[in-house]
Amino acid sequence: MNIVEADGEALLVAVRKLLIGKGVLTEAELAERMDATDNASPGQGARMVARAWTDAAYRTLMLEDGTKAAEAVNIPMRGMPPLGVLENTDTVHNLIVCTLCSCYPRAVLGYPPFWYKSAAYRSRAVRDPRGLLAEFRTTLPDGVKIHVVDSTADYRWMVLPKRPAGTEGWSAEQLAAIVREGDMVGVTVPSV
Amino acid sequence: MNFSPGDAVMVKDDWPETRGPVHIRTPHYLRGHKGRVLRYLGDYPNPEDLAFARPAARRPLYHVTFPMSELWPEGTKDDDLVVEIYEHWLERP
Repeated sequence: MNIVEADGEALLVAVRKLLIGKGVLTEAELAERMDATDNASPGQGARMVARAWTDAAYRTLMLEDGTKAAEAVNIPMRGMPPLGVLENTDTVHNLIVCTLCSCYPRAVLGYPPFWYKSAAYRSRAVRDPRGLLAEFRTTLPDGVKIHVVDSTADYRWMVLPKRPAGTEGWSAEQLAAIVREGDMVGVTVPSV
Repeated sequence: MNFSPGDAVMVKDDWPETRGPVHIRTPHYLRGHKGRVLRYLGDYPNPEDLAFARPAARRPLYHVTFPMSELWPEGTKDDDLVVEIYEHWLERP
């Protein structure tokens, strides 16, 4: 029998026992990573965005070093690829894609939405980003330039969206509640 | 590190796929196209070797920007693409 025909469950148990038996990993490290994977969700990224909107020093840190900014709000980043954060402004809108596979900032956004891995999204994001945004019902003001970020190698990228008007005086918790995963990929923008 | 932010670069028009099994992180639609270095992202083990469990030298990685009009016939000059590219895929135009 070869590895492709092996029973998946039995193979998992065997590989896990080998990794621990040979000292490659400890049970504690494995449990920590499983917890981190289970807890990763767009809510984590949304907390970072809300903090950046309400704390100028945190925003600076986030744009300089996304990994440190995630760790600063207790998101486990050990062993994860470096995180870069790109800011939407009055003149630039960022859109993240991975044309080669499905690189996604899982540590801060969790599992990618189904469309992120589709051939249609991956090919159209780099060729017709404005048409693609229109299908997500996202319209950008005139004069806003689109930066399409094709995530091809060692970094993972997330978008820091613009804080929407009408949220003056809101707490970080209230702000975090309006930030969706699409806002941090750049297919949508937060609104109230 | 051979390139600095602002440097004009060209992605090599090379197709290792035609010569045997490879793992390439440089998208095909950029090969042979001109862009500009935006930022240096650090040195990382070369994924082309890592994927085959070969010893992998650390190579400089850059964020390189390309105007859409350089890549697609209908691309607008105002929009651009930003892509991570390893130094060994870049040359001076």
